[in-house]
Amino acid sequence: MGTLTNETLLEMQRRMLRIRAFDERASKMVKRGHIPGTVHTSIGQEAQVVGATMALRDGDYMSGNHRSHGHPIGKGSPLGPLMAELVGKATGVCKGKGGSLHLADFAVGSLGESGIVGSSIPIAMGAALSASVRGTDQVALAFFGDGAANQGVLYESMNLSGVWKLPVIFLCENNQYALSTPAHTVTSGVIADRAAGFGMPGVRVEEGQDVLAVHDAVSEAVARARAGEGPTLIEVVTYRYNEHSEGLRLGTDYRPADEREAWLKKDPIQLFREHLQGIGIAPAELDALEAEVLAEVDDAVAFTDASPYPEPSVAFDDLYTDTEYAA
Amino acid sequence: MTVMSFLGAIGAAQREAMDADERVIIFGEDVEANVYGTTGGGKTRSDKGDFVQMYGRNRIRNTPISEESMVGAAAGAAMTGLRPIVDLSYSSFLYMAMDQFVNQVAKNRYMFGGQASMPVVFRSAMFYGLNTGAHHSDRPYPMFMNVPGLKIIVPSTPTDAKGLLRTAIDSDDPVLTFEACILWGAKEDVPDEEFWIPLGEARTAREGTDVTVVAISSSVPEALAAAEALAASEGVSVEVIDPRTLVPLDRDAILRSVHKTGRLVVAEPAHRTCGAAAEISAHIAEEAFGVLKAPIVRVTAPDMQIPFSPSLEKQMYPTRHTIEAAIRRVLDLPASSEASQHAAATA
Ligand SMILES: Cc1ncc(C[n+]2csc(CCOP(=O)(O)OP(=O)(O)O)c2C)c(N)n1
Ligand SMILES: [Mg+2]
Repeated sequence: MGTLTNETLLEMQRRMLRIRAFDERASKMVKRGHIPGTVHTSIGQEAQVVGATMALRDGDYMSGNHRSHGHPIGKGSPLGPLMAELVGKATGVCKGKGGSLHLADFAVGSLGESGIVGSSIPIAMGAALSASVRGTDQVALAFFGDGAANQGVLYESMNLSGVWKLPVIFLCENNQYALSTPAHTVTSGVIADRAAGFGMPGVRVEEGQDVLAVHDAVSEAVARARAGEGPTLIEVVTYRYNEHSEGLRLGTDYRPADEREAWLKKDPIQLFREHLQGIGIAPAELDALEAEVLAEVDDAVAFTDASPYPEPSVAFDDLYTDTEYAA
Repeated sequence: MTVMSFLGAIGAAQREAMDADERVIIFGEDVEANVYGTTGGGKTRSDKGDFVQMYGRNRIRNTPISEESMVGAAAGAAMTGLRPIVDLSYSSFLYMAMDQFVNQVAKNRYMFGGQASMPVVFRSAMFYGLNTGAHHSDRPYPMFMNVPGLKIIVPSTPTDAKGLLRTAIDSDDPVLTFEACILWGAKEDVPDEEFWIPLGEARTAREGTDVTVVAISSSVPEALAAAEALAASEGVSVEVIDPRTLVPLDRDAILRSVHKTGRLVVAEPAHRTCGAAAEISAHIAEEAFGVLKAPIVRVTAPDMQIPFSPSLEKQMYPTRHTIEAAIRRVLDLPASSEASQHAAATA
């Protein structure tokens, strides 16, 4: 699919930069106590996220997991309400009720991130069922990790979406660890190969740091889904640079010392910058893009700082559509 | 009016809802063949046609035996424009999908700051009292009452089953309906026209002045029988309240009745600890302690698993006799020999 315009390519780089800058800032804010609790960053995995989200259209759906900021950012969410949510402000995208683990921006089709590993997979399938019953050409994509790939609900969902030929893409972000546990020590066989058992294509993207490789694989799955040919399982091999979650202070000793160094050499943003320069985009333009994104994150933080915390009474609404909380 | 069975009334509500709104779909195990009798026009596939013939396979879907993904799929579909009804057959199978119920269905609207709405109904039958053993005899609604975000209905008559289900399907919030199988065959006149019974409105099944019995699900007919027996033998006037919906719960109706009678018995087929009866009792103790003329008495299933043998199982749930014994206790009446015999078994 070599027909992407330069504008689209630059937008890919912009969204990867946004995820990187947003998560780097969030990491600092956790360590300084500006963000309560913790956050899980997608630093190092930006190509995998953006390659997938930019293969979707505006009306398409997706669900995600605890490593959750990249998905809505990749789908085009504005940064201010996301950052305000991480801090717990009233202007947060979930009014301060979700936080980092539960970002959702329905305006861009983000049906929510889940703190329970594997739990949001059937939600995306349900959105695909909805599109199918309503007869639209929308598709849905479920993001989940290599750890989640060992949850039974994934296989129930692959089976059910297979028999119903639902327009859904199961996208496994294989960053090779579930917290401290190396994937190969808890995973029998190859994740992508499991698709064969359900009669659907299983694609392993080895070059998961290459946004175009991911975009190609996901675009093909999206095209199949839109054409009514059913689900696809995609496993993208990638790597997280930071610890499992910020401020965990568990360190990353469970990973070989030189492993991260090797993956840093394949930094998805740097790789794509080189690619863009190679096709003739001026370094100055790319520098300007980086500066713009940093300014966007500054603006998001300023928006957050200027926002009030929610009134305590807000804790008692939004449970039901029509039933007041009764003490 | 048409005479309808409990199951027939559920089928009628589903048919009306399917006709009224294209967004309503039904899926579950064996719904295409109308195995449970709520997805067809008549009793068999050939009789009047089933829902597959009427609505097609896009809207009536058999599922694999995959409760967790069925419940999750319904949640995702509800969040994106459909109004699914999921037939989970036995309520014991809800446990397979506990994560989806608790972490997705119940929490998504709240967690996402009101962005999601979750118009979905989960139907399940409570098969207790039918000698099906511990794996098929559950009455798990109190566990779900402990999960904010779910609405819970427990109809005890065909009319309520129909009217509450229509409201549940039209609700923009997730509703779990628990249908007691022992009530399936119950028949009564049900209005022919479409009707909706609001959630959170109790029904006074029998008016009385001496004691309030709040009865849930299959305990309602048992409480009514106990009330009739006591009226005849002792001249006692028993009020029977059927809350019909447990979330939201019509606390005011119960409170009003207790203010009138000064005495409360609560009967339900679920286990004793943290049951609906415990919640109702605690509420009245907190809000109406001063008007109580006697301690509140609960009649529930014991905190024990359900045994298979008919001779073992039949003592496990409230009956007219155990309810009568409880009413006698709060009224300080001598125990009737029959009632106390039965009551001793479940004390
Ligand atoms: C059901 C469940 N079990 C355990 C956890 C604790 N937990 C949170 S993240 C995580 C690792 C997840 O690994 P993976 O799916 O590979 O995602 P990654 O963090 O690598 O992106 C664990 C064990 C959880 N949140 N939910
Ligand atoms: Mg992982």
